Amino acid sequence: MQFYVDNFGLFRDAFLTTLSLSLLGGLLALVLGTLLAAFRVSPITPLRGLATFYVETFRNTPLTVVFFFIIFGLPQIDFVIGFFPGAVLAIGLYTAAFVCEAVRSGINAVASGQAEAARALGLTFGQSLREVVLPQAFRTVVPPLGNVLLAMVKNTSIAAGFAVSELSSLLPRLVNANAGELVLVLIGVVVGYMLITVPSAFALHRVERRVAILR
Amino acid sequence: MSTPVLFDLPGPKARARIRIGTIVGALLIAGIVAFVLIRLNGNGQLDPQRWAILTDPRSGVPQALGEALLRTLQVAAVGMVLATALGLLLAVGRLSDHAWVRAPASTFIEFFRAIPLLVVIFALYFVLPKFGLEISAFAALTGGLVLYNSAVLAEIFRAGILSVDRGQREAALGLGMRKSQVMTLVLLPQAVRRMLPVLVAQLVVLLKDSSLGFIISYFELLRQARSLVEFFVPRFGNEYTFQIYVAAGLIYIMINVLLSQLAKYIERRTRRNKKAAAVHELPGVEDGPTGTPSRTGLSTTTT
Repeated sequence: MQFYVDNFGLFRDAFLTTLSLSLLGGLLALVLGTLLAAFRVSPITPLRGLATFYVETFRNTPLTVVFFFIIFGLPQIDFVIGFFPGAVLAIGLYTAAFVCEAVRSGINAVASGQAEAARALGLTFGQSLREVVLPQAFRTVVPPLGNVLLAMVKNTSIAAGFAVSELSSLLPRLVNANAGELVLVLIGVVVGYMLITVPSAFALHRVERRVAILR
Repeated sequence: MSTPVLFDLPGPKARARIRIGTIVGALLIAGIVAFVLIRLNGNGQLDPQRWAILTDPRSGVPQALGEALLRTLQVAAVGMVLATALGLLLAVGRLSDHAWVRAPASTFIEFFRAIPLLVVIFALYFVLPKFGLEISAFAALTGGLVLYNSAVLAEIFRAGILSVDRGQREAALGLGMRKSQVMTLVLLPQAVRRMLPVLVAQLVVLLKDSSLGFIISYFELLRQARSLVEFFVPRFGNEYTFQIYVAAGLIYIMINVLLSQLAKYIERRTRRNKKAAAVHELPGVEDGPTGTPSRTGLSTTTT
């Protein structure tokens, strides 16, 4: 216990870094992913192609490679980006592809009568998507979207390899501690992730039950 | 695309607007690409001589990247085989009738699905040596991939086994088969055939995750690229940095695209196959980021 008290600041900072990586990355992923999903069902063929290309590319690229390109590649075209903003960007861009797929599956799950009725009322594509389809789609995709976001929280650990001092990076940083202490660090790290994932999973479950549509 | 539900087919006016929008958009994207190329060119990155290093055997770069690719595939291959075997055992264990088998299997699965893969790898690489068990980067990386993915694969197998019609098991038991025979002769063959697409998708995820070797200095593609760059920088400055990084990244992406295509092909074939055609919606299984079944919500995968 003394060990945690002595290193409380270290754990707290690492935990807060992981938390802010998750929140900012998640926000970016949700916004971009929803936009991409709208592109994928839009009437404009080039937009559909663009979004499909984006999703296929990012789904087939390891997150480490995305990090790699952003941290080491962008400076080659004279965009210098800090490690933390770079990490948020990498996580957000990568997760957006998965968010897009989840939202799109939700859009497909909305009964087709809904969209047809919206069109029959004279709503434009944007209106029927915003007012009718997406609100229902989001309700059905709470579980898969939650899985995507929880996976993202765990993926933030990769930032440890790119000079962001988040939770996982404590292990290599404190590697000179003795055996017992290192195990304590490991436990601290695992508990840190659980502090984010377990309440989120619980909250998602609540939201899911709350917004579920009876069909 | 058949008749779309979300919008009316664009009429002549809308088509004209779309055409204009497409042209503007294409110009915009061309502008961005041109901007990137100009920046790269301004920094001299497009000089063919700089790219020649990737194909010139005298530089040692193609050999080094080739070996790194082999090491990547080695980790992935060993990891895939072991993770599948362990995953199968865990799945059968979790479905066992005996609580003393079921409980440890369930705990193992839930534990490894709940923590980040990198933490598992770090634990093997940094913590084990403190207890006198020195292990190589290869073993730590493979071990992490196996522990983590076997838990995920176990859930895939379990979902597959549970999706086999109940009558199959009852009929097999009725014929006098032992429980182990029912599992190996009746349930597993049908389950595996059904779960094949999800299984392959998860194995692609495993290959993607082998890039985590970068972080613990296992010389897979990315780490090899980084060390090549570190080798060249004192001699030639940043002359070849960009080229080597691009090559390593592209190789990774290419292998993954190939494997994903394979996964899609298998999925199409499975769907056509009559023996597997009886697949109803599998409970909780979906091809997520992750491609993992999730029952607990606290779950899924991966990079």
